Amino acid sequence: MRLRLAAALLAALLGAAALAGSGERSAGRVALPVVKIERGEACVAPVEEMRRNHMQMLFHQRDRTLREGIRTTRFSLKNCVECHAGRNTGSVLGEEGFCSSCHAYAAVKIDCFECHTPMRQARAAEAAR
Amino acid sequence: MTPERRRFLGWSAAAAAGAALAPGLRLVELALARSPEEAASALQRWGLLVDIARCADCDVCVTACREENGWTGSGRPATDAQWIRKVSLRDRGTGHAQTLPLMCQHCEHPPCVDVCPTGASFRRADGIVLVDKHTCIGCRYCVLACPFGARSFIHEPVVGQKPDVPRGKGTVESCTLCVHRVDRGQTPACAEACNRDGGAAMAFGDLNDASAEIHRRLKSEPSSQIRADLALNTGVRYQGL
Repeated sequence: MRLRLAAALLAALLGAAALAGSGERSAGRVALPVVKIERGEACVAPVEEMRRNHMQMLFHQRDRTLREGIRTTRFSLKNCVECHAGRNTGSVLGEEGFCSSCHAYAAVKIDCFECHTPMRQARAAEAAR
Repeated sequence: MTPERRRFLGWSAAAAAGAALAPGLRLVELALARSPEEAASALQRWGLLVDIARCADCDVCVTACREENGWTGSGRPATDAQWIRKVSLRDRGTGHAQTLPLMCQHCEHPPCVDVCPTGASFRRADGIVLVDKHTCIGCRYCVLACPFGARSFIHEPVVGQKPDVPRGKGTVESCTLCVHRVDRGQTPACAEACNRDGGAAMAFGDLNDASAEIHRRLKSEPSSQIRADLALNTGVRYQGL
């Protein structure tokens, strides 16, 4: 009786472990975007609009700022990074970075941070020191 | 309203405005500030006036620029970026030695803008000459065209940029006249440092503003442009050269 109970328990444990394993594998195959918003109550536009059009917003803002000297903060990249940088890393890049995890999922390369700092302002100042 | 009365009211208003200003608050600084929504205007022309007689044998301007814009090199002077440098001049005949800071001269007719094939090198309405790194392809025509050797090409990947000063491999860069500071109503880092720790040789301001110190001094004192023969009408002027 005791033996049979132990065998059943073992089988149940093994089954659970196998299930958990297969679950992990299926989640691990696709790098799901990590959307952790660290600061701020609301974005500058509704989420749906941001998801579709954030690149256009940044694209227009960059020309206005650089060429004309208009430095409004609403669509500025610096403002994006301020809210969306991770609490621990202080960056929008990295494995769980707000920008990089989603862009990895969508397989779209971001060029912004080839030149711009991905770090929140206070962190960027520290890193440069 | 009679002209006399109008004049009297004008004078009394000016006197009241002068009296209302707190001590230490200068009209120049008030005039410099521009709201963030407002585009740079062609009514202004930013410039620097460097008095070489007061230019001390130091490099606080270079250090301040490096600190502000984050172009600290990697120890390879042949390829490291340099936005501002101290140049030493020595007259072979008399032995008279001078030292002066040299950076982008922010020309009215910049050769770097003429030669740029993508339009990345451009002159802002208020006279500041910049590189749009979004469209710069790194061809380095502007580096060759600049008579002052003011431009640098970035050869290596850059990390730890300042939030206000994006820099990246494969693009050309030069002095921006601290455009991010100017847009906030501050003076460029080099001029601020020179006036604080150096010989107080640099004056920054609007060349078109009749009330600005730089305008007044350029009007009343002799000054010169480097390579004036090229008729570029530089925004950076020198005294005592």
